[in-house]
Amino acid sequence: MTDTVDKKGVSRRSILKGGAALTGAALGSGAITGFPTIWAQNIKNVTLRQFGTGVSNLNEVGQKVKEDLGFNLEMTALDSDAVTQRAATQPDSFDIADIEYWICKKVWPTGNLQAMDTSKIKNYDKIVGIFKSGKLTPESVIAQGTAPHTVGFVDGPDGKTFAKEQTGWMTLIPTIYNADTLGIRPDLIGRPIESWTELLNPEFKGKASILDISSIGIMDAAMVCEAMGEIKYGDKGNMTREEIDKTMAIFTEAKKNGQFRAFWKTFDESVNLMASGEVVIQSMWSPAITAVKSRGIDCVYQPLKEGYRSWGGGIGLSKSLTGLELEAAYEYINWYLDGWVGGFLMRQGYYSAVPETSKLHMSENEWGYWFEGKAATGDITNPFGDVLAKAGDTRDGGSFYERMGAVACWNAVMDENQYMVRKWNEFIAA
Amino acid sequence: MTDQTPSLPHAASARAPRTDSGFSLSRLPDAVTGWLLSLPLALVLLFFLVLPIAMIVVVSFWGATEFSIYPAFQFDNYEFLLTSPVTYQVFFNTIKYAVITWAITLVLGFTIAHFLAFHVRTQTWQIVLFLLCTIPFWTSNIIRMISWIPFLGRNGIANSTLISMGVIDEPLEWLLFSDFSVILAFVHLYTLFMVVPIFNTMMRIDKSLIEAAYDNGASGFQTLTNVIIPLAKPGIMIGSIFVVTLVMGDFITVRFMSGSQKANVGRLISNDVALLQYPSAAATAVILLITVLLVISILLRFVDIRKEL
Repeated sequence: MTDTVDKKGVSRRSILKGGAALTGAALGSGAITGFPTIWAQNIKNVTLRQFGTGVSNLNEVGQKVKEDLGFNLEMTALDSDAVTQRAATQPDSFDIADIEYWICKKVWPTGNLQAMDTSKIKNYDKIVGIFKSGKLTPESVIAQGTAPHTVGFVDGPDGKTFAKEQTGWMTLIPTIYNADTLGIRPDLIGRPIESWTELLNPEFKGKASILDISSIGIMDAAMVCEAMGEIKYGDKGNMTREEIDKTMAIFTEAKKNGQFRAFWKTFDESVNLMASGEVVIQSMWSPAITAVKSRGIDCVYQPLKEGYRSWGGGIGLSKSLTGLELEAAYEYINWYLDGWVGGFLMRQGYYSAVPETSKLHMSENEWGYWFEGKAATGDITNPFGDVLAKAGDTRDGGSFYERMGAVACWNAVMDENQYMVRKWNEFIAA
Repeated sequence: MTDQTPSLPHAASARAPRTDSGFSLSRLPDAVTGWLLSLPLALVLLFFLVLPIAMIVVVSFWGATEFSIYPAFQFDNYEFLLTSPVTYQVFFNTIKYAVITWAITLVLGFTIAHFLAFHVRTQTWQIVLFLLCTIPFWTSNIIRMISWIPFLGRNGIANSTLISMGVIDEPLEWLLFSDFSVILAFVHLYTLFMVVPIFNTMMRIDKSLIEAAYDNGASGFQTLTNVIIPLAKPGIMIGSIFVVTLVMGDFITVRFMSGSQKANVGRLISNDVALLQYPSAAATAVILLITVLLVISILLRFVDIRKEL
């Protein structure tokens, strides 16, 4: 049902090579300063098993870990439902869970993850405010939904309930986040798109799509209904039954009128729908836009006046992680926030939790384009070498502060989650 | 399954060497040998069929939270399922897909089998053509299914060909992500399951019966309805059971070919499983199992397969 991709790149040869590279890399990167050198001897034998959604489970990260830190990182990519399932039901099958904050809200009560001591996190102070106080800048208003800081801390190492403020014990270390919006095909639409309401505009009858992952799809639906002025939500991230009913009624009617061409569940499906021209406007993820563009097709991640729906992911540690493995995991986290991964992710259009360290791993042109929203001064390529933008282009939506400052709602899990899921299933079946 | 046991002891005792020393099966009473011989199959069925189904039935009465299930005896899952209008709609859809696919695959399968069995004269060519039918099965069925998507799409080969031929002006929207595409994929995937058993029974029909019908002045159509169809009935039934159960249990074809827009029971179950709602999935599975068993028992009313084989 779920396609499991086991990304293991561990051979005897690579372990030997890694061991040789270790001394140099460790000195060069400064990644493991502050840890006793004795680690370098034992840590080679450590293998950490990480699983998560495809976005940050990249082979390149595993290889770089091997080079810089010397131990092995085994990665498994699953879809968000399967990730939730595994984190909740199979605590011994992983060491590191790379999950989203709303999944954390669901999974933390099972006790399968352990809280992390922030005093061991070197760059803790540099993590952006969104994940600590909830405020991007001191003046920011906190968006609706499961904002990361609300599920980011617990009272102590064994805390079961989320703390309201920073406590020194973190549930997830933020790694990657972004602001999502609708993707459009400007060449097939031919006019400016400014509002979420356009998703249900009869002009795009049979050419629209929404994603069929209930917890995210319902948010996009809510953004649309609110923009249409049909429903005023108390909190889009925590709807009442009545709000859920109304939202689904509006979307069911649109579905029956033939508004949607298809629903998508995986990244590839969304890319194919858009690239083939079956769909001209749909909910989409940032790297999917990139994938469409790299085929030479015009596709825009359209900023909308009502704001973005945002999401954030982080890495959590399994309860069963102890001793050397636990130390290796902390080292991995410190390395993660140290900048290389941040730069690697930011060059794909995501944001890193500690932008200032990522800056060191990006060229001035890249930093200007991706983070500051400036016009590119030369070709912008992603880490895989595809050209995404040419000189003079600017990023859709502008700078980091413009985009993350305009978040209307975070991906969330609601109190009425089960009811919502049933209603969503009915919508799909209707 | 145990009905077969009475015939087995004879074979066993006939084959067992008649030695005077040591342990030998022939010393055991026939009844015991029979039970022993059927034991492995009975155990396999018990552990891999009966127990899992019993488990599903038990879990269907349990309760679920967002991330766990807890033992209980409650009818909530069934209550929600049986009171929701969507359930009936989805079951109706499932049966609709099954009936339409069955009808089309039956006509196609019967025609192909008839051609292979009676119009192709040499056995070599029969085998060659039969193998030809199985070639699509060399790739996975997901690939066979997905390859329809670019073909049927708005700017796909089918639409662009029709437009360039001047048959249509606007691309046909209903070609893809519709009931049409779902049923097309089902027919494509499952016709062979109809061809094989029908071909098999047709090959066993004594050719002299057809000659006799011809000698007695029966027309081709009369031969078909009075000789071939009655004798091919077991094959038709087996093919029908294959196709109906495959279509009713499917979820992936419906998801891909309808662009997730249509639902059948399999998709309800897979959605529930994905969202950790195992008890609700189990309840749906139980209802589906009952429906499929009913359909098959109705089919078996028409033909006693065991007698005919």
